[in-house]
Amino acid sequence: MIAVLALVAGVVLGIVLEPEVPVWLLPYLPIAVVAAFDAVFGGIRAKLDGIFDDKQFVISFISNVLVAALIVYLGDQLGVGSLLSIGVVVVFGVRIFGNVAAIRRHLFRA
Amino acid sequence: MSEESTEEAADRADDQPLADELPADELPAGQVPADDVPADEVPADEPVDAAAGEPAPAADSATGAAADQPEPAAGEPDPDAGEAGPAPASRRLTGTKLVVAGLLGLLGFTFAVQVRSVADDPTATALDQEELVRILANLDAHEERLRDEIRELEDTRTRLTTRGQSQQEAQAEAARRADELGILAGTLPAVGPGVVVTLHGGPPAVDAAALLDAVQELRSAGAEAMQIDGGGKSVRVIASTYFVDGEGGIVVDGTLLQSPYRITAIGDPETLAPAMHIPGGVVASVEGDGGTVTVQEEPGGVEVSTVRQPDTLEHARPDS
Repeated sequence: MIAVLALVAGVVLGIVLEPEVPVWLLPYLPIAVVAAFDAVFGGIRAKLDGIFDDKQFVISFISNVLVAALIVYLGDQLGVGSLLSIGVVVVFGVRIFGNVAAIRRHLFRA
Repeated sequence: MSEESTEEAADRADDQPLADELPADELPAGQVPADDVPADEVPADEPVDAAAGEPAPAADSATGAAADQPEPAAGEPDPDAGEAGPAPASRRLTGTKLVVAGLLGLLGFTFAVQVRSVADDPTATALDQEELVRILANLDAHEERLRDEIRELEDTRTRLTTRGQSQQEAQAEAARRADELGILAGTLPAVGPGVVVTLHGGPPAVDAAALLDAVQELRSAGAEAMQIDGGGKSVRVIASTYFVDGEGGIVVDGTLLQSPYRITAIGDPETLAPAMHIPGGVVASVEGDGGTVTVQEEPGGVEVSTVRQPDTLEHARPDS
């Protein structure tokens, strides 16, 4: 519950404050957001499975974001930044779909 | 308190990797979800669609109860039920929970920021480096073209301005020349410093020859415009002016003038006046024959107002 409130509060803050995204962060931010979403959906699924663990969620969240950013950074250094970004997005998208499918089965039994 | 939670966490950490971590770790390998839902889900997955609705929650609650916390109700792993276990409220506000909340808050924040920034400037984030470079090159080329155009237009403007200027100058020069020529030809009235010479008397003291002498002297002394008045009539003196003795006066250019004759000449008064008085000149000869001559200097300006119609040239044409 508190987590959902925090999420909403973060969205509201982001809308209200309208901070400028620093240029060096531009390529990483969307990927990091996608990775974090993957972690969140994984957490929701684990919650529904009854095996949710705070610590695990924190670790997977942070590692997801860091690895995603690292991949993008490596891609940039190798000159294939956009391609690797697409790869990361595809992978996380597939995983989010999987997690959402599991959540759906829990919620709707279908 | 913290011991308890860490203990439990460790406990679960032992149990859960299969269920929780595996799906997260194996998917990047490109496996189908079926692979990453090994222990927990697979039995509850495809079979469940057809047959069993119950077994899955049962299995969940079993693992949950065994590893995590005693499940109060029977089957459903309700989110709230899972949270609101028998654990004390203080335990639920431990560091990790706050960290989770913080991370989710951060996620929401960055999400909103990112969405906003993309909405603000869709091109900058949506295009990759290559495209941006291409766009930049295009813009550079465009800029170069525009610069060329600016240069050409500026050249044209400069050319037109100078041409306009020289045209204006030529026009002013032409107008000035036209004025001068008009004054010389007698078609324009003129004003300026000068002298007024008045000759009283009749022949033989003042005849056509005396008047011609006076006009010639004035002209030699630099008179630029002249007119002769006499008997209420006025004649502008130009290059072709002629003087003939007539009945009771002098015919100048076909007009009969009568004494006294008043010559108005524009020129330097200090040159014109002495020219009248030179020995053997106009004044001397007229007065020697019994007439009188008065020469009046007018440095303040005299007016030669009589004009004549320009002759229509019948044969001569401008050369060039």
